[in-house]
Amino acid sequence: MVVREVDPAGRLELARGVLRRVERRAARATPPAATGERTLPVAPALARLLPLGALRRGTTLALTTERAPATTGEGDASWRAHTRPTAGSVRPPGRGSRPPARARRGYRAWQAGVTSLLWTLLAEASAGGAWVGVVGRPELGPVAAAEAGLRLERLALVPDTGADLLAVTSALLDGLDVVVMGGLERAALGPADRERLAARARQRGAVLLALGGWPGADVQLSCTDVRWSGLGAEGSGRLREREIVVRSQGRGIAPAGRSARFLLPGRDGVGTDALLGGEERAARAVG
Amino acid sequence: MSADAVRVLALWSPDWPVTAAARAAHVPPHRPAAVFVANRVLACSATARAQGVRRGLRRRDAQARCPDLAVLHPDSDRDARAFEPVVAAVEELAPGVEIIRPGLVALPARGPVGWFGGEQAAAERLVDRVAAHTGVESQVGFADGLFAAVLAARRAAAVAPGDTPAFLAALGVEELAREPGVDRSELVDLLQRLGLRSLGAFAELAAADVASRFGADAVLCHRLARGLDPRPPVRRRPVEELTVAIGLDPPVDRVDAAAFAARGLAEQLHTVLAGHGLACTRLGIAVRTASGEELHRVWRCAEPLTPAGTTDRVRWQLDAWLTARARAAQAQEATDALVRLWLVPEETVPAAALQGGLWGEIGESDERAGRALVRVQALLGPEAVVTAVLGGGRDPAERVRLVPWGDERTDGPRGTSGAPVAADNDQRSPRGGEGGVVDTAPHLDGVAPAGWPEDVRRAAGLPAAVAVPTAGSPAVGVSVAGVSVPGAPVGSSPGKRSRRRRVPVHRSPRPATGPETPASWPGRLPAPSPSVVPPEPLPAEVTDRTGGPVHLAEPDRLSAAPTHVTVDGGDPIAVTGWAGPWPVWQRWWTPDAVPSARVQMVLSDDTALLLAIRDHTWTVTGIYD
Repeated sequence: MVVREVDPAGRLELARGVLRRVERRAARATPPAATGERTLPVAPALARLLPLGALRRGTTLALTTERAPATTGEGDASWRAHTRPTAGSVRPPGRGSRPPARARRGYRAWQAGVTSLLWTLLAEASAGGAWVGVVGRPELGPVAAAEAGLRLERLALVPDTGADLLAVTSALLDGLDVVVMGGLERAALGPADRERLAARARQRGAVLLALGGWPGADVQLSCTDVRWSGLGAEGSGRLREREIVVRSQGRGIAPAGRSARFLLPGRDGVGTDALLGGEERAARAVG
Repeated sequence: MSADAVRVLALWSPDWPVTAAARAAHVPPHRPAAVFVANRVLACSATARAQGVRRGLRRRDAQARCPDLAVLHPDSDRDARAFEPVVAAVEELAPGVEIIRPGLVALPARGPVGWFGGEQAAAERLVDRVAAHTGVESQVGFADGLFAAVLAARRAAAVAPGDTPAFLAALGVEELAREPGVDRSELVDLLQRLGLRSLGAFAELAAADVASRFGADAVLCHRLARGLDPRPPVRRRPVEELTVAIGLDPPVDRVDAAAFAARGLAEQLHTVLAGHGLACTRLGIAVRTASGEELHRVWRCAEPLTPAGTTDRVRWQLDAWLTARARAAQAQEATDALVRLWLVPEETVPAAALQGGLWGEIGESDERAGRALVRVQALLGPEAVVTAVLGGGRDPAERVRLVPWGDERTDGPRGTSGAPVAADNDQRSPRGGEGGVVDTAPHLDGVAPAGWPEDVRRAAGLPAAVAVPTAGSPAVGVSVAGVSVPGAPVGSSPGKRSRRRRVPVHRSPRPATGPETPASWPGRLPAPSPSVVPPEPLPAEVTDRTGGPVHLAEPDRLSAAPTHVTVDGGDPIAVTGWAGPWPVWQRWWTPDAVPSARVQMVLSDDTALLLAIRDHTWTVTGIYD
């Protein structure tokens, strides 16, 4: 081994110093989230709802709605298979084996801010370089995600998993930092499947976010008490912001749970920094 | 330190693209020649170099320096094909040849050195054999490890065992950027500006410092500079069933037929690998011919192979074999076609944990994510994994273009505060995509396709030509746009198109014509945008106090205040607030244009909806979730 003896120590010091300076100067020096970190950051307003104040890697979160009893008593009856064939609609190639008609989701699955909460929850992590994958939700609007602050180039969508929801989700858990799992109501996952996915997330240090009920989730966030503002009388105004109460329950949180009131989305869709009121410790009776 | 480094023999034929191209074009060897890509010299022959032609030179400059320069075109298929005889000549003397790229092969040095009794003798025999059989000039180098051996071959040097780090230390860092296909010019430039001009100086840095400051590729380079193998030595032996094979019946003797078979087989291989969670870094290609002969060749690649990369290599190899066969068949009048084809993953790495511990952290998560996504694509097909690109448009569904993972994202500029600026991305040209997969539903519904046709936007000069119709057009658009509240939704027939359509992929960057300023889309929906956009609009019914249907009395006025909404056949729900209607005045030039508008509604169960009315038909095009 020949090492040229040109004052190696001094030279090394010099190179290190230069490197340090270059690094400091580089504007985009924020490295992508390293796998070594134990948590992914979240917006400060949401942080107080989560144990450790961040999304802990290897955990499972469930985002649900806590709806007031439906005024019509209809429940989930509007979840009906909609088989009207749309003329000329062409499936993506390579997916020929897909069943021809998918169950059309009624809008009732969407009314309590779960999607907005999802994007807001992931915005900080995504901006920090984390990779987010969304499985089984063809309806999510990426425009809203971008408005919340997600980086779309690090947001991978797998809208239709066919029968392979489990396989696809575990494959994504291998590589991505956050995997959002939708389509649970169609997949009929058993407790063993859920346990396997949660174990995979734990092993790989990924965060598994379930859109919908997930018995056994580490943390459950639920949205209630929605109030829109911005609409005036007789068709004036437009939708501007929404107040919402988010409650969290689960490991690392007091049994009564925590809840807080947010603007979600805030004024003109940007961020959720505006936290209304304070932390409400007691579980409120929401009706 | 490098006790277990494998002694490698590399045989390099200088300027292979030029050699191959000159042979194909029948340019005599003494005439200067160069291969050009995008008007720049990619490679030039020694005679051209002697006259001042350099890599990267512009064509005019090169011709000015060397007037009788033969201008040749690159063709990677041709290069691989022409290289096959060279490989065959080497293989006659020494087994286990790996093609690194056309023009460069490597093999374990132990065999030939032992057989011929010395490195010098082995090198002479190999060079002689190649020259005698193919008339190609070549050089041989020996060193510990592949990278050093390749550099030694460029210098026709034999580095003594154990001297590899010293040999590398004296070389400049620009040697790292010699490999075509991997662009490291930025790293090399940076290192030189830092004063690290030699590989030795670079190698003296601590590996952890390199990893934390320069990223994954630099860690690889650092390992190379220290004379280590670029990949961690722990490798997994592939199990037998990973091999995929296909019988070719009838026997294949044409390149296109072979390539077709290769493609299917490559996909099959990647499905198998994905099932095992593996990625392939060394691929063996084997065929059996009708006369019972078996041919086998190993390709090695720096990155785990993608299905496309596999297909390419298989195609090159089959092309080479078939061309050689055809030539031999002409001489001997024997028909020799391929009857069976195998792909053998010679070396695999776990797809998820590839190069985990040794590679530093920066850039690793990106690589990991990329591999996971490619694996899902292997499971579901390449179209199944998409990323969204925001483009111009007035509706949430219109502004999103879904690009399959791995395809080029031509991003429009984005606003800094997270509010995207609609950009002229010309993403929506109305022509069909390749393969005839394009959603024609909007036309069949009697609704014009969403978005502005590109030619109209061009003709109008201003991309957002709602209020600025082309000369001579009726000014009705202006008046309607003038009525609408600034910043309030005015726009298209929302959601009359499926977001899940196959979008033609534009590989070219921005078009050269047209204004560079991003288009503004007056009347686009302001933030907040609906976070749920149904792939197909949900049918809805809107009724007033008396139970009668609500419709548009004027383009900007509803016939009555809506009180109940029924979505998708459910029960009617009371409306607690509504806003609009905002007229949609888009594509007024189509003959079947009818007034349409958008309305926002909040229902008694706190749902907020974006509805569209068009020709007395209501649809839900967005849900504020």
